[in-house]
Order: sequence, then structure tokens, then C-alpha cells
Amino acid sequence: MFAYYVQLGLRSLRRNPALTALMVMAIGFGVAASMITWSVFRAVSGDPIPDKSTQLFIPQIDGWGPQQNLKGEPPDALNYADAMALMHAHRAVRQTLLYPVRLSVLPEGNRSLPVAARGYAVYGDFFPMFEVPFLYGGGWNAADDESRGAVVVLGAEFNRKLFGDVDSVGREITLGGHLYRIVGVTRQWNPTPRFFDLFSSSGFADAMDFYLPFTRALDLQIASAGSNSCRGKLDLTGWDSWLQGNCVWVTPWVELGSSADVARYRRFLEDYAADQQRAGRFGWAPNVRLRNVAQWLDYQRVVPQESRISLMVSLGFFVICLINTTGLLLAKFMRRAGEIGVRRSLGASRREIYAQYLIEAAMVGLAGGVLGLVFTVLGVSGVGVLFRPQIARLAHVDMSLVGLTMAVAILATLAAAFYPAWRAAQVQPAWQLKSN
Amino acid sequence: MKLHPILAALRKHKAGTVLIALQIALTLAIVCNAVFIIGQRIDRVNRITGLDESNLFLVSQQWVGAPNADSADGVEKLDTMQREDLAALRQLPDVASVAPINSLPLLNSSWTGSVSHKPGAQLSGKDNTRTAYYFTDEQMLSTLGVRLVAGRAFNAGDVQHQGFRDQRDRPIAIITRQLADKLFPKGDAVGKVMYTDGSNAPTTIIGVVARLQIPSTSSQGNDFAWYSTLIPTRLDANFARYAVRTKPGRLDAAMRAVAPTLYKVNPMRVLDDDSVKPFSDIRARAYRADVGMAILMGVICLILLCVTAAGIVGLTSFWVGQRHRQIGVRRALGARKVDILHYFQIENLLIVGVGVAIGVLLALGLNLWLMSHYEMTRIPLPYVLTGVLAMLAIGQAAVFVPARRASNVPPVVATRAA
Repeated sequence: MFAYYVQLGLRSLRRNPALTALMVMAIGFGVAASMITWSVFRAVSGDPIPDKSTQLFIPQIDGWGPQQNLKGEPPDALNYADAMALMHAHRAVRQTLLYPVRLSVLPEGNRSLPVAARGYAVYGDFFPMFEVPFLYGGGWNAADDESRGAVVVLGAEFNRKLFGDVDSVGREITLGGHLYRIVGVTRQWNPTPRFFDLFSSSGFADAMDFYLPFTRALDLQIASAGSNSCRGKLDLTGWDSWLQGNCVWVTPWVELGSSADVARYRRFLEDYAADQQRAGRFGWAPNVRLRNVAQWLDYQRVVPQESRISLMVSLGFFVICLINTTGLLLAKFMRRAGEIGVRRSLGASRREIYAQYLIEAAMVGLAGGVLGLVFTVLGVSGVGVLFRPQIARLAHVDMSLVGLTMAVAILATLAAAFYPAWRAAQVQPAWQLKSN
Repeated sequence: MKLHPILAALRKHKAGTVLIALQIALTLAIVCNAVFIIGQRIDRVNRITGLDESNLFLVSQQWVGAPNADSADGVEKLDTMQREDLAALRQLPDVASVAPINSLPLLNSSWTGSVSHKPGAQLSGKDNTRTAYYFTDEQMLSTLGVRLVAGRAFNAGDVQHQGFRDQRDRPIAIITRQLADKLFPKGDAVGKVMYTDGSNAPTTIIGVVARLQIPSTSSQGNDFAWYSTLIPTRLDANFARYAVRTKPGRLDAAMRAVAPTLYKVNPMRVLDDDSVKPFSDIRARAYRADVGMAILMGVICLILLCVTAAGIVGLTSFWVGQRHRQIGVRRALGARKVDILHYFQIENLLIVGVGVAIGVLLALGLNLWLMSHYEMTRIPLPYVLTGVLAMLAIGQAAVFVPARRASNVPPVVATRAA
């Protein structure tokens, strides 16, 4: 029976090519618009570190006070003094501080002009905390942090650019005029959104070139290449006064195991702020936050506004296309009321009429899905018009998107056909036969 | 023509009627808001920076192994290096003028602070206005093409220099007219003093420029988009930016000459693909999302209107086919062709009318929702009214072809058996 209904459906669709084309186009456009915007949305709103997003926390401490903070919220980064205090307290399983740096590097070989390289000053815990995958070697240990070691970890791409596809561990490299020993080379690693540095980046950036010890960077007075934010009257006369001031520029991260650990760490933060208040450094009550990765991404509104609005507009568009399809299917099915009457009087049950027309609708959905897939592939390659390259690059067509496109097209068309098919099944055979 | 028979007929086609009305309502709601978003984005992109944007480019470069900007000695060395660069660039045959500058409008790299009438003001205090600083020298106005409307420009003697992290008093400044009007509403800002960043040292306003946008194009910058302050100071750090105005039509030639010239002065520096860029690139990058959003909304609106119009054509055609015989009867009883045409046109007007009535409510509701969740303002009434008229016009246009086909049904149809 199924094959027969498919045949009937095809014949019916062929009888009205313009109407059929209209329905297929509407579904194709609707599903494509939704899928294109969805492919961007899923890329920008994904969990960058699914295994650990509930174990990694960013502590915030209000060092600015109610007069100058961000509408009651503590600043998005820490000043040097608070950052070092958290680090030295060592209350978490793992912890790191970080800030972005930009250094020049002199490539070996005949090209003598220096190039710029971007990286982060971090603690050794950074690598296990964020599950950085290594191609060669590994991160450095706490002793290297302590001894302010001149060691460096390179990104895969940067290693290839400087040395080719070789294990460069043990070699030396000059960064910003100082020598470092390479201890590790990461694999391709660029978690997106870049949750760990939303203070200086929008969350979407190219992969990092290198990582060097935070302690070493401070010794060399390497300034942050990212944001910094200060309040009140500034009294800056050099590096030391910069460190002492209230400017925030360091991002801290801690890894906490159980929820008891989280509660304990939160209490520690409050106690710390209360101590600062007692010591006269803060003239206000403790104001601290401890957000995990998901909460932090949400708080920082990482998903671009464009992405959300375009997804919603596309979904609205799709709904209108479906309503349109419902109307056209209704017209198409009811035009064949006489035919339905004949079938019913010859013994077809309502169920069978129902099945026949739903199968016809499913074929429209299938055709719409195929057309939508073509538009989606074209559209995804053109999202560069709408988003920055770093974001546009994330949108891609994969098997799950193809499957989703087809499934959404067929299911949505079936949903749209529900009412018209029901009306068709309700046709009274006697009345139809009489009027004919 | 009486409405009664039309309403009676519509009651027989409840489902089709409701579907068209619903489709019209949703289309109106989405199109109104989408066009509003397009309008807002276009307004943003069309904001005037105050610069003469043609024949202008920016050089951003970084020195390798530069002296420490936190020591007095290092600052002097860095300043010498910067002045050598400036002199070399100013020597180029295609270059008209060059100014060191920490940022440019639309570059989204800014140094912001606050200015006040009173010394030692708190940042969040009422008597405090946010501003973005441009640190530059005496060639700034001619290089950027910014127009001075009161007072005087900087001269070479005004220009100081300081390390990037140093805090110096700022004896003089030029501000924009918008900032001047905010601080001194009487329009007599020149010669008055203000205090920057809560400092106790006065800054005398020596000039006012017509307009100069701040570097930030983000929504946080909207409140003070025109409140720029120009300070005659070269900032000395391990990096520097130079704004370059070329002679008319010599932009490409001048940009090509930059890298060789600077490398000749000192090869120990980083100049990559991104280091020399015309202002048009800076503008395109700043507004990429806005332009993209406008294009996307435009395309969606266009397809949406086509789909809706096609839907009306399809359903009306079906009704015309279904009422073929009744039309014949009406014609046989004396109705003219134009009566049949009007019948379908009025029917469409009724359905679309109900649709737009619901659509206006939906459009306003959607706008309110967007306002509460995103940076959106209230949709102005003309947008909604234009949308309503457009929907009515589209309905009439879509119904015309099937209605005319209906009017061409010959009266003889009435005599034939169905």
C-alpha cells in the first residue's frame, strides 16, 4: 500500500507543478534559513570544555567598591595584589592566573625580519586544568613556576611555522629578546568560545602561539597585551605602581572537585574580602563571585546578539513558511474531495485516506529538505558576510546538520499536513457522490 | 457591494481564511521588526566620524628589543625612535602629513576616562562625563581632517611625551563640540578648565573641533560616542601607531612605501599584513556585523513577502476554482465582470485587514520582547504604518491575477452540469 500511495502522491504533485513548486520552495527556504543560522548558533553557544565545565571556576573579588564597580558586580578580572593572594593561598585542587601577551620572535633561517606572536602568561596548572593536548613534551611543573623558569610551550601551528613538523622540545627560542627552552608543543587546541579569557577577547580568536610562565613574565615586566581597567585617581609612575594599583588585568581560574569544595572556596573568598576590609584595604563589605564555565559564558553574554536574533528571525520565517504550506495543502487536498468520496465509498477507511495524504505531504517535505540542504550548503559558505571570520569559520556542514535538515523538513511538513489530511479524511462519501 | 455575502462565504472557508490572516499577521510582525533593525543598523553605519576618511591610513607597529618604557631613560630612547619614524614617514613624497596617535575612530581600541568641572571627582559621580582620549601631536588636525570650530590648534611647543603607564598632568586639551556643549552649555568652553580622571590639576580647553567619534563602536560606547578629548602628548611604549594622510589619490603608493621606509630606519620591528591598513578597512571591520545583519534581514524580508504573496495567490486560485460554478451563476444573473473582480478584492481586503490588525499587536509585542532582551529601542509608528500599507498592497497585488481569472468566467458555465 505504501508504494501505491507514493505513486498516487507523485501523480497528484505532478498535476499541479506550480503549487507543488511553491510548497517545496517555501519549505526549502524556511529550513535552510533556520539551519544556516543554527549552524552558527550551535558553534558559538557550545560548551568549550564539556568534561570539566562544572569543575572550573573563576573567582571574582570586588576591589573597586560600590561607588566604582560595575552596577554592583565585581570587576571581570583581578588586580595584581588579589590575584597573587589567591594564588599563594593555594585553596583549590589546581589554580592558575593568566593574561595575554604579545611578543616578537626572530624566526631562524634566512628570513631575518621579526614576526609577532600571541600567547598567554600562565601557571603550570593551566595545562592539566584545561586539558591541553600535547603533541610533544608537556607543560612545566610547580618548581618551574617557583624558580621563574625560562621555559615555553608552543602551539602546533606556531611550532610548524618556526621549525617545521619536528619535535622541537629541548630547543631554544628567542621571544621578545629573551631566550626560552621549549618544553612542550600542544596539538591543535583552540577551545571555542575562549572561556578562559573573556576579559581580553570576545571569545573568538585564532589559536595561541605560545604559553610562558606567569612568574617569568612578571620578572621581565611583560605588560598585558589585553584589556586593563582602572578606577579612581590613578597614580602610575612605572611597573611597580602599576602592580600596586587597582587596575584589573589578571584572570584567575581554579579547579574544584565536589560541591563541598565549591562551598568551601566561596567561603574562603568571602573571608579573604572580609580580611581586606578589616585591614582597611577595602572600605566595603565582601562582594565576591564564584562562577563556573557555563555561568561565566552566560554572564559575559558570549553568544553574539546577531546570532540569537538571526536564529529567531529564521525560525519565525520557517513558521510562516509552514503556515503557508498548510494553506496550500488544504487547498490541494480539498480540491480532490470527489476523488476521496469515491475511494471512501469503495471501502477505504479514514485511516487509509489519512495515510495517503500524509505520505503525499511527506514527499513535499522530502523535496523541500533536499532543496533546503542545497541552500544550507550555499548559505553556510556565505556566513562570512554576517559574522567575523573567527566566527564564520566555526559554521560548517556535517552529517548531523544534514540529518537535522532532512528530519526537520519532513517532520515540519508532516505537522503542517496534519490538519489538511484530517479534513480530507472527514470527507463524507455520500455527499460527494451526490453532488457529482 | 454588500459585505454580507462575502462574510457568509468566508464562514464556509474558515480554515483557509484563518491561515491567510495568521500568515499576514506573522509576516507583518517579523517584517516590521526586521526592517526596523535594518534601519537602526544603517543609521549606525552612517554615523559621521568627523574624519576626512579618504586618503587616510593607519600604521600599527611594534619594536623588537625596545627599551623599558618604565624607566626615564627608556622613555627618552623610545621617544627618539618614534620621532625618527615620524620624520621618515613625513619625508615620503606621497605623504601630506603624519601624526602619532593611540587610536582612531572605529578602531575599537580605546583609552577612556572622565572629565569633570571639579577637581578630584569620583568616576561614578554625577558631575563627571565619560570621554575617550586621543594622544597625538600638532599634526593631528590636518592629518585626520578634523575641523576646528573655536580656539586654536596644538602647536609644536605644546607637545609633551610620556611613558605609556606614566601619569602626567595635562595642561591643555582640545575637545569636541558635543563634549564642550555638555560641560559648558553656554558655548564658551575655550579658555575654561576641566579636570580629567579625578585629577586635581586643571586642564585648559584651548580649542573645540566640530566632531570626532570615539574609537569604540560597542554599545557601551553609545552614551559618549562624540565625547572625545585630544591631548598633545606622544605616548612612548614598545609599540606605536601613526595616522598618515596621503596626497590625493596616492593612498596605495604611500602605503606601499611604509614598510621599506620604516625597516630602513630600524629593522628590529614587527610589521605584518595587518600593520598598514587604510581607513576604509577599519570602517568595514567595525561595521561588518551591522552590514551583515542588515543584508540578512533584507533577504529574509524579501523572501518572506514573496512566500506570503505566493500563498495568497495559491489559496485564492483554489477558491476561484472551487466557486467556478457560483461565479457563472452570478454572471448569468447579471453581475458584471468588475463586480466579480471587486468581490475577490474586497474579500482579500477583509482577510488581510484582520491579519494586519493582529499583526500590529504582534509586531509591537515582538518589539517589546526584543527591547527587554536586546539593545533595541521602541519601534516608531511610521515603520508599523508603512508595514500595514505594504501588507494591504501586497494582498491586493497577489489577489489580482486569480480575481481577474474569476471575472473572466463566462455566464454560460451556470447552464452546464457540474
